[in-house]
Amino acid sequence: MTNQSSVAFVRRDIIPPAPPPPGQAGVLKWMRENLFSSVTNTLLTILSIYFIWSILAAIMPWTLNGVWVAGSLTECREIRDARGLESAACWAVINERWLQLLFGFYPTDDRLLSSLFYAEPLAAAGGLEAVFGAGSNATARIEFVNAMKADLSNLTIFFFGYWRPLLAVALLVVAVAPILYASLPRRLLLFSLAYPFIGVFLFWGGSFWGPMTVALGLVAALYLGRVVAGGYGLLGGGLAAVLAFILFFLNPLGVVGHTGLFPLFPHVKGVLDSVMPLGLPAIPSDQFGGFMLAIIIGTAGIVLSLPIGILLALGRQSTMPFIRWVCVTFIEVIRGVPLIVWLFVASTLLKYFLPPGSSFDALLRVIILVTLFASAYIAEVVRGGLAALPKGQYEAADSLGLDYWKSMQLIVLPQALKISIPGIVNTFIGLFKDTTLVVFVGLRDPLGLTNAIRATGEWNGIYWELYIFVALLFFTFCFFMSRYSMYLERKLQTDRR
Amino acid sequence: MSEAQTALQERQIDRSQMTVSDEIAIEISGMNKWYGTFHVLRDINLTVNRGERIVVCGPSGSGKSTLIRCINALEEHQKGTITVDGTTLSTDLKNIDKVRSEVGMVFQHFNLFPHLTILENCTLAPIWVRKVPKKEAEETAMYFLEKVKIPEQALKYPGQLSGGQQQRVAIARSLCMKPRIMLFDEPTSALDPEMIKEVLDTMIALAEEGMTMICVTHEMGFAQAVANRVIFMDQGQIIEQNEPKAFFNNPQNERTKLFLSQILGH
Repeated sequence: MTNQSSVAFVRRDIIPPAPPPPGQAGVLKWMRENLFSSVTNTLLTILSIYFIWSILAAIMPWTLNGVWVAGSLTECREIRDARGLESAACWAVINERWLQLLFGFYPTDDRLLSSLFYAEPLAAAGGLEAVFGAGSNATARIEFVNAMKADLSNLTIFFFGYWRPLLAVALLVVAVAPILYASLPRRLLLFSLAYPFIGVFLFWGGSFWGPMTVALGLVAALYLGRVVAGGYGLLGGGLAAVLAFILFFLNPLGVVGHTGLFPLFPHVKGVLDSVMPLGLPAIPSDQFGGFMLAIIIGTAGIVLSLPIGILLALGRQSTMPFIRWVCVTFIEVIRGVPLIVWLFVASTLLKYFLPPGSSFDALLRVIILVTLFASAYIAEVVRGGLAALPKGQYEAADSLGLDYWKSMQLIVLPQALKISIPGIVNTFIGLFKDTTLVVFVGLRDPLGLTNAIRATGEWNGIYWELYIFVALLFFTFCFFMSRYSMYLERKLQTDRR
Repeated sequence: MSEAQTALQERQIDRSQMTVSDEIAIEISGMNKWYGTFHVLRDINLTVNRGERIVVCGPSGSGKSTLIRCINALEEHQKGTITVDGTTLSTDLKNIDKVRSEVGMVFQHFNLFPHLTILENCTLAPIWVRKVPKKEAEETAMYFLEKVKIPEQALKYPGQLSGGQQQRVAIARSLCMKPRIMLFDEPTSALDPEMIKEVLDTMIALAEEGMTMICVTHEMGFAQAVANRVIFMDQGQIIEQNEPKAFFNNPQNERTKLFLSQILGH
């Protein structure tokens, strides 16, 4: 009841909340407001529906009527005509060649495959050593393997023939998960730290002690850095760690035939190898290919470019002119030249700067270039985030006595990076898709492999199906990244909760 | 006279611990500062003894904020010396960090860290600068949050608090470093009238405990209630300073008279 007999007004009881009247909520209301609110809107709605329908009408029969089992494109077309269809996709090429699109010419573990699933023919051929041993006949081996692969299903080959890259990718997921989701146990991060060495071992094979010695060297260098940092500050410690690592353990830049100034690394590895030989068959980088290549280059590029990009962004804001100039020059030069040019530089020009007779892993070169390229972009994105942060945040951190690195680590970067998430993920998605450019420097990325598949007699002339499959692979990963970035933004939103 | 001022006068202020000692807390002599060629602070000489509560007032652009920001080196001065607790400010970063960890500062716009909870805002500096164990830092933080009367907000984020609450958290955050001197840079200027009182109350409570304080503020009620000295600045210079009673009742300089008539006139 209200008292409204005069100008003065006093509310005596508070009105309780009530549901809206019927027709003012739900689907119908939404449609009326969003689809048919005016004549123009209604026309546009009808036009859009017609447009979407015509596209689907053109694509869906082709997609859904696709032929899944056939040996060649000609066979596909025969099946299509026999069914009386006007158009039909030839998915049979994917069905037959998806392993190649995923792994390129990465070798399968034929010993394992034959002992597990091809035991009788293997015994007939004289056992493992006779077929695969050191003195075996190469032509006979290839014939044996081809016959075996023709007998085995693609899924069997996928799980057992490619167990190394498969396990490496599965472990990669385990290693990345605790970084992406804070709700997972923090102890898993230790595995994330160890993963680069495990991953390298699984993908490239060779002696187990190779990556382990490098890991050991890193730990030793970091320890030395910590000791030095106690007396000479963070910069001195960092420099000491890097120097120690390069001098003692790393063969700088992986140049074959050169082992660094104090070749401790090959000695440690040699001793470990002789004490306890442990390893997998080595697989050189030029046999890597397919979508696996995109995952390796993409992940390495993403993981490495973020810290480098952040340091470049901080360097660009530095009050020390020398550091600022170096960072600005690096960013502008890297960003001002197309990635493809840098890849060509890496694949050809770099040779002139290296000692004659030395080789430099092609994949490593690409990873370095892609990383540097992406980090220049990340640096600019992060700089935007740093600039968007109110000056008061820097001042508050300063006024509490936090030094530069602590205020960056605890106050500035967490907020600046949060602001930069969309831009950072944007750069990462770009980087991931740019990995297809390595086809131009002789690495077999999925797109290059579609050419290789078309080059065979059976699948000559097939385009759409292969491209759609490759597109779907990339889309899946990029869509996940995009969704994850949205999830992260929501999660980190503390100001309007 | 505003609501907040009336409320202040009603409050009984306990002056038993408001004692000024002979020990010098801050000594500024012959200090000058320029922004480019603009001379913002001109020949500032100021000695602050331990236990003093100084209010700095003056028209906007008079350099009062710049003055107190020079004391903890948020701004660099170009001439003269500033000595805080026996440490002379120079370009040496170690000296600056030492002074900053001894001097608390409260800003006009609070400057809480929005990505951290209230509790984390308060424990961050003790843990990372003073190396206090986390548990102990949290106990200290809760002690000061109770002191500023918002312990129940400890696990919320700054964005969920009102302006007055945020400013009280900012005061608690500074106190957690156990500073010997507190600087206030217009702590109530960004607040609604309703919230000014709660912040001023907190500041008075701090003064009652004998904290050395320098406050840039226009709250003349606060100045009259707790300050032992009021400084009036204009055009980068200290124009007049005196005890509050004499300052308000009997200003000497024409500029001071004009300023006081403008802010007390309505």
